[in-house]
Amino acid sequence: MKRLATVTVAAVMAAAPVMADLVFPSLSYRTGAYAAGGIPFADGYADYMTLLNERDGGIGGVMTRILECETGYNTEKGVECYEATKGEGSLVYQPLSTGITYQLIPKVTADNIPMHTMGYGRTSAANGKVFSNVFNYPANYWNGASLVVNHLLDLNGGDIKGKKVHLVYHNSGYGKEPIRTFEELAKKHGFELTLLAVDHPGQEQKSQWLQIRRERPDYVTMWGWGVMNAVAIQEAANIKFPMENFIGVWWSGSENAVLPAGDGAHGYKAITFHNVGSDFPVFGDLAKYVVDAGKAAGAGDQIGTAIYNRGFYAAMLAAEAVKNAQKIHGVADITPAMMRDGMEALEITEAVMTDLGMPNFGPSFKVTCENHGGPGTGAVAQWDATNKKWSLISDFSGSDMSVIQPLIDADSAAYAAENSMETRCN
Amino acid sequence: MFYRESGDFSETYPADSQTFPIKFDRYRYYAVLVVAFLIIPFIVNDYWANAILVPFLIYAIAAIGLNILVGYCGQVSLGTGGFMAVGAYACYKLMTAFPDVSIMFHIFISGGITAAVVTLFGLPSLRIKGFYLAVATLAAQFFLVWLFNRVAWFYNYSASGQINAPDRAVFGHLVTGPNTDAWAKYMICLVFLTFAGIVARNLTRGSLGRKWSAIRDMDIAAEIIGVNPLSAKLSAFAISGFFIGISGALFFSVYLGAVEVGEAFGIQKSFLVLFMIIIGGLGSVFGSFAGAAFMVLLPVLLKNVLVGGLGWDTALAAHLEFIIVGALIIVFLIAEPHGLAQLWRVAKEKLRLWPFPH
Repeated sequence: MKRLATVTVAAVMAAAPVMADLVFPSLSYRTGAYAAGGIPFADGYADYMTLLNERDGGIGGVMTRILECETGYNTEKGVECYEATKGEGSLVYQPLSTGITYQLIPKVTADNIPMHTMGYGRTSAANGKVFSNVFNYPANYWNGASLVVNHLLDLNGGDIKGKKVHLVYHNSGYGKEPIRTFEELAKKHGFELTLLAVDHPGQEQKSQWLQIRRERPDYVTMWGWGVMNAVAIQEAANIKFPMENFIGVWWSGSENAVLPAGDGAHGYKAITFHNVGSDFPVFGDLAKYVVDAGKAAGAGDQIGTAIYNRGFYAAMLAAEAVKNAQKIHGVADITPAMMRDGMEALEITEAVMTDLGMPNFGPSFKVTCENHGGPGTGAVAQWDATNKKWSLISDFSGSDMSVIQPLIDADSAAYAAENSMETRCN
Repeated sequence: MFYRESGDFSETYPADSQTFPIKFDRYRYYAVLVVAFLIIPFIVNDYWANAILVPFLIYAIAAIGLNILVGYCGQVSLGTGGFMAVGAYACYKLMTAFPDVSIMFHIFISGGITAAVVTLFGLPSLRIKGFYLAVATLAAQFFLVWLFNRVAWFYNYSASGQINAPDRAVFGHLVTGPNTDAWAKYMICLVFLTFAGIVARNLTRGSLGRKWSAIRDMDIAAEIIGVNPLSAKLSAFAISGFFIGISGALFFSVYLGAVEVGEAFGIQKSFLVLFMIIIGGLGSVFGSFAGAAFMVLLPVLLKNVLVGGLGWDTALAAHLEFIIVGALIIVFLIAEPHGLAQLWRVAKEKLRLWPFPH
């Protein structure tokens, strides 16, 4: 009997330290029409956390734990995943789906858990005065729209009056978000905007591309995701649309979007808010501690691809926010509320990124109570089909905040009014 | 042994024609009501309410609605997703336009609006039947989704086309929005489901239900014996639409809180509800419950067993889930083409004789 008691106590003692960990829920989608984007992001996110565990022994001495839950890009499963994971001390949600984001915005705010929607979600969440728990640094859709237009301005010496621009977009909340910004920019710069909606899942785009072929726009831009990207690029190649005039948002700028079209995709462009490729010191550590140890997430074949890098970058920003929260509150095992404070006071400088082995990987920025959106900078990447790699063809530059900020203010004010909320940070 | 009617005498006509004439059945029904109303609300937590019970209750209402149309009246419909969207958007417009009116009225009125829309799309049923009607309702599905995507008035001109449910309370308790307690969400859905179940059960065994069945079994014969196909078919569309509208309104306001029409109310939803009633049992109120439970609970159960219990890879578990649910549907339908309700009926028959079968 005594021995049993000893064993039990020992078991409890051994089990207890496991309780202290930093839980990062990963609402991933490795199945369905959008898995092509979901898999690399989830792999990148998990691999960075594994790297921290293996190389540094976690963050501030506390191990990280990825809690993966399959959503299939479906909002109902997203709810199930949120409810299943929120009780486990989940620090920050990154659903990688605009639909699920919209659903979780009120929920995370009520449960006081932060959510980071990097380059997607509700754009006006950049206004921290209204959205206390939602962050979308370093860039959002409206920055993306502006960056596309800025690139067109660069190509045309600053004048795109009368040019025809077609927007091929996913007919959902995600695809519709940038339309308002494009319309404002069209007014400002005098280009003609035509909207072409593609319905879920996006395999059927013949009529849209027939219209493009008939109307011969000067530029085509795309807000696509999942299988829609590859189909659009293939269709563009089929109608011999000049690829250098076809510019996708960052979610349309992945390897699996361009590879199926082969040489036809050569010259296709996409904007991005972080760097591309695996030519960074941190990838050496990744190979040593994670890949060679057989601990890579998924099939381990996505490393260095555009969306893998985005997941990796998202995990890096989350880990930095954890460090920040640990510093602010002086506790190693932080709570979601502390994590929120860490995110709101996050400052990423070039020195920080160089220390992490990711020099020039993303922009330097500082999050404040008012601004949850970061600087909104980005660059243009171009696909080289012969060498099968993306390369940046421009520097990271800012977007037109004189157009975007009023839109953010208007949309967040509408949300605050709808939900009769007080503004913060006063 | 347990399940027999010997000694169970009816002395009045109402006693004989009540919904559950067998005492054992009746007590079981009361027991279910007691558990659902008096026990579950006190023990339910967020996960059980949001991930399991609320979707089950809401899909059960939709399945009852569709079962009236397909199971009782024999009019095949593939427009359920679009009709639920009508309920959801009607509810959203009412909630934002009349914030002072109770959400209970909004949900009822959304049901009424959906009933009107569904009746309109039911008009072709007077001329076309079977597969052709299915195609006509399929057109309704695509048209309605397109409409709610296209006309910005329906989503109050928001940037993304999403609709969000504001906070609304019933008797001082929030039932929509993020601060809602688990039990309140559960209760409002349960109240509507109980209402839908009782109304559907009594309608289908009354004269209206008999007219529907007559139309389903042979519409020419029904016409000859004096059933007016116009009123019978359109009443089935209207009542079915009423329930589907209520389920759509609850789906949006109570369950999800934010929806996007293409994603939440696409053709997938129409098929899902149709599968529920086929697996549960066409022409049976119990079948609607059983089918909804099967399609909602099984994937969640499998996920929890495979990922939570066995610690498998989430993607592998998701794929296996499809395979297992698909295989079970086939097995059930081969074993009993009339669905889970028929299995239950057969089980009851066997239990009456058990342990001394013929």
